[in-house]
Amino acid sequence: MRLKFWGVRGSIPSPGEATMRYGGNTTCIEIRTDASELIILDGGTGIFPLSQTLLGELPVTAHIFNTHSHWDHVQGLPFFIPNFIPGNSVRLYGAFDPISGEGPERIMNVQMQYSYFPVREAELKCHFEYHALQPNEVVSIGTATTVTPILLNHPVINLGYRVDSNGTSIFFTGDHEPHFNIYEPGDDGYDEYQGLIEYQRQSIIGAIRGVDVIVADSAYTREEYPSRKGWGHGTFDSSIQLAKDAAARILYCTHHEPARSDDELERVFAEAVSRHAAEAGEIEILLAREGDGVVIEPQGKQQK
Amino acid sequence: MPEISSELTQKLSAAVDKMPAFPKSVQRILELTRDINCSHKELVMIIEKDPVMTMKLLRILNSAYYSFPMRITTVNQSVVYLGLNTIKNMALSFATVGVLPQQNAAGFDFQGYLIHSLTTASLARTLCQKYGTDETNPSDCYIAGLLHDFGKVVFAQFLAADFKEALALSTDQSISLNTAEQQTIGADHTVVGGMLVEKWQFPTFLADNIRNHHGDISPDNTMQSCLFVADQISKQLVPDSSGTMLVEELSSALVERFEGELPDIIAALGDLSSLEIEAQAFAQVGREVRV
Repeated sequence: MRLKFWGVRGSIPSPGEATMRYGGNTTCIEIRTDASELIILDGGTGIFPLSQTLLGELPVTAHIFNTHSHWDHVQGLPFFIPNFIPGNSVRLYGAFDPISGEGPERIMNVQMQYSYFPVREAELKCHFEYHALQPNEVVSIGTATTVTPILLNHPVINLGYRVDSNGTSIFFTGDHEPHFNIYEPGDDGYDEYQGLIEYQRQSIIGAIRGVDVIVADSAYTREEYPSRKGWGHGTFDSSIQLAKDAAARILYCTHHEPARSDDELERVFAEAVSRHAAEAGEIEILLAREGDGVVIEPQGKQQK
Repeated sequence: MPEISSELTQKLSAAVDKMPAFPKSVQRILELTRDINCSHKELVMIIEKDPVMTMKLLRILNSAYYSFPMRITTVNQSVVYLGLNTIKNMALSFATVGVLPQQNAAGFDFQGYLIHSLTTASLARTLCQKYGTDETNPSDCYIAGLLHDFGKVVFAQFLAADFKEALALSTDQSISLNTAEQQTIGADHTVVGGMLVEKWQFPTFLADNIRNHHGDISPDNTMQSCLFVADQISKQLVPDSSGTMLVEELSSALVERFEGELPDIIAALGDLSSLEIEAQAFAQVGREVRV
């Protein structure tokens, strides 16, 4: 299985000199199975350059898994070029939203309105399908690949995705903040809530244990987090902890802050990694960078 | 046991979506959701004091859309699973439906209903904490107490004329409201409440307890017996102005389990005035609520 980053920035595209090395596009990850099936995790603006590379292999069948419906994970979807070419097949998977009562179709319907986009959803030329996923519902792609959605914690319903293919595996969090207790120690509800959090944390770890690669929301530094608690994002430290708990082999930190320059990103990342050097053991910890990729092979052999 | 038709269950189930919540919670949710840094604890506290909001929330959480490995019974569980912001926005969507009118076609006392539900919920939780001998979760007893009479609100809102007749019949002939409901509607509030939560795939214990809260109580069933005793204490402490809620006798087995008759249990629970005051305060009709 092969993974390639097309967008690693959080919140808003951030082009410019200061972000040139890691890239300014918002979240998009391309995964190719050994049988060349195309799985795309999120359609941030990075999906546009990805889609340009697909023109040489039309017709394509794209399985796009949306973690959640915030702009930085959906904004590129109307610009996915295969949408407009007959013969292609696009399947958009995502969560059911309890507020609107709709599934992932809302992501396209809302964006592709007259005021915001020149083409309506009804005018797409490819074969476009939607699939609202339940947490833990296993989706099979081809004969050797499965994708499993795992419910995480964000201000909107967010599904992380575990992709298993031919003995290799990747887990992408989308946006995720480790659960925190809304009560203070000593409050009536504190212990009960802590128990619920621990149960959910263990469920998440259980669902991703042993994956080869984790790509995790690491938006903030440890110092930035307290003033952003509840915004739905993790830290470098929480991602390293997640990789350690799940016994992953490689951790990619992603969802870089839009205002963080490349130099600053490398500096805060290095600090966090050195802080956890002892307990992180053999986990390879990397910054996700636009254009970078990894070929994951069974039994620990990786080629970058 | 009298059954209601699947057609009526379907109709009432769909109608609950459009059911307004209680004035105080609607008012507080509208206030809280205007504040980006609103208190998470208060948000949970408001929702879990409103039977309509709690019912709507648990209905979605337990729906096939999420298929959680365990049935969801508390607001806190809902927050851990779906996240605070989603629960906040769900509460806002419930609040914008409007408020239950104090004056309604059935002549039903919504305020009295809310006070009774809240005191029963708190008492059921307290009784479970004090007398529980097994793994029964006090929070589950709270929810059972909060929702045990939900069928009455549904009747008042959607079968107003028949329910009004039942309320009158119960008072005039000094018969239980259940018996009167069976005569005018064809099913009582326990059956309808139980049917709804069963249809919505709530935990079985909730459907069983709602359905059976006026039935034969097994003293070995902690939740059932705590709910029953809490219901009676609640009726004893805060009598119903319409006279439709009669305090039922405790069986000798229940007297044994709770180490005394109702007055003894009330005495053993100590000062319950704060519980009453809290319920009264929450049920008070708030300032005018604009939606």
